[in-house]
Amino acid sequence: MKCGVVVFPGSNCDHDVYHVWKHVLQQEATFLWHQDETVKDCELVVLPGGFAYGDYLRAGALAALSPVMAAVKRHAAAGGLVLGICNGFQVLLEAGLLPGAMRRNASQRFVCSDVWLRVERDDLPFTRGLRAGQLLRMPVAHAEGNYEDSPQRLDALEAARLVAFRYTSPAGELDPAWNPNGAARAIAGICNPEGNVLGLMPHPERCAEEILGSTDGLAIFASALDSLRTARTPRTTPAARAARPERAGAEADAGADLEAKAQVASR
Amino acid sequence: MIARVTVYPRREILDPQGKAIRDALARVGFAGVEEVRAGKSFEIRLGVEDRELALRQLREMCQKLLANLVVEDYAVEILNGERQ
Repeated sequence: MKCGVVVFPGSNCDHDVYHVWKHVLQQEATFLWHQDETVKDCELVVLPGGFAYGDYLRAGALAALSPVMAAVKRHAAAGGLVLGICNGFQVLLEAGLLPGAMRRNASQRFVCSDVWLRVERDDLPFTRGLRAGQLLRMPVAHAEGNYEDSPQRLDALEAARLVAFRYTSPAGELDPAWNPNGAARAIAGICNPEGNVLGLMPHPERCAEEILGSTDGLAIFASALDSLRTARTPRTTPAARAARPERAGAEADAGADLEAKAQVASR
Repeated sequence: MIARVTVYPRREILDPQGKAIRDALARVGFAGVEEVRAGKSFEIRLGVEDRELALRQLREMCQKLLANLVVEDYAVEILNGERQ
């Protein structure tokens, strides 16, 4: 399964992501240059952390207008997997692939530390190897991770279950003291309604091997790989399912089929 | 024609930078300052002479790039002594 890691001038986590996909998961990986007009034949596209275009104007604002992002948008619209990490998440917001915006951290300081994340969605292509409520420990390193949107749009985001990860205490509870940047509703990561685009501030690629002290991040990449291998269409949110009843029926059938197979296997 | 575009945090949104600056102003003797909102200013030399066209272009620039309307508002003005 081929992963394309986008390199903007100023990206600095591109090689880390490449390493995880290529050497830890033993898959094909390639770099995509910001001026590329296609994502080649990559099945997963990752927008890595860093300071694309020096964060000039706003973090991610200029990167969002680069030629490769038009290709990334086409890839996403066709159902392809797109993962934005840290600065990559900021690029996804500025490109309009995910809703909302980032502001300076409430502390006014660059925050570089480990945080606790609570998994809110375990049915996404990127989280299928996790379980809802599970806690992950991951590093963050950013100055603009203070997620913001209007209260109405935040309500809509929650209603559509698009929050994938939240910052919590080590006990998994919402607590402002454990929110590293002041993000609205402790939001650390969100997805699109189709589930094939995910953005998060923490760095899963920095905790994907034992030698780094934690492998909590590996599950994100392993889940994406698993999704690509089984070539399953991304599961949709209840709201999206309601809007497309014919797909809901198809999924229910597929689920029943899997259950039947599991029962046979268990006998 | 020279124009100035000002982009600043929306009023309903807490501006942590502006708050930090207000607190610092208090420390240098301006304790009465009630609010500071910190933004950005762009001076833009336009290749057009028509004022209405210029204003239209400037607003479009803000909507497409200079401001992030989720968290920011903007104001445009034509300089050259002639204020909007």
